[in-house]
Amino acid sequence: MTADTSATVTVRFFARLREHLGTDSLTVAIQPQTTVADLLATLATRGEAWQELTGDRPVMVAINQAMAKPGTRLNPDDEIAFFPPVTGG
Amino acid sequence: MVIIQQQDFDLAEEYRKLRDSGDSTGAIATFTGLVRDYGDLNDVTGLFLEHYPGMTEHVIEGLIAEAGKRWDVRAARVIHRVGTLALGDQIVFVGVCSAHRGDAFAACQFIMDALKTSAPFWKKELSRQGDHWVEQKDSDREQAEQWRESSD
Repeated sequence: MTADTSATVTVRFFARLREHLGTDSLTVAIQPQTTVADLLATLATRGEAWQELTGDRPVMVAINQAMAKPGTRLNPDDEIAFFPPVTGG
Repeated sequence: MVIIQQQDFDLAEEYRKLRDSGDSTGAIATFTGLVRDYGDLNDVTGLFLEHYPGMTEHVIEGLIAEAGKRWDVRAARVIHRVGTLALGDQIVFVGVCSAHRGDAFAACQFIMDALKTSAPFWKKELSRQGDHWVEQKDSDREQAEQWRESSD
């Protein structure tokens, strides 16, 4: 299998995270075998505000609109969403 | 049926639609949630609700399906409002048709409790002292956990 160097995922942010980071959506290149935790660690290096993603406050993740875990592997063209614990109802 | 909308809803209209949609219905339980005028801040003037379009509907459809496996559910209807809401506004509606009241009450409460901890909505309290994202409450997580334990 040849590594696809052009593989990307769409990353979305909601609510407090969206405001804190000042963005609602990004396109990010991923390597094969990249996990949610890897993606968070990479994003956290983008600047001070981004360290929120790996800080003490909980960050939830959904992949293609279903809840996922830090160890879940990403696939090209996935939609990854990061958000605070939900508060509807 | 799951509807996410900005506009208000009419309880009598929702009840009529539920009543028309269930077969052999002997009981309808409904819950309506309102915007409370106290929260994490004083002087709250309203709420702003954000959601994750698409995922929200999938999650709530999944909760209705799960309720249908655990109880007799002939029809269910959930409406959740988003955008800016004023104090006292209706925010959420859950209605369940069943053959009997026990199933209608239980399924309605299960859907509402699980929605609060799993459907991707976020509330921001608007106040004269500034805006503030609401944090998830331990009591809401515990309330939703109870349903998990009772299914074992």
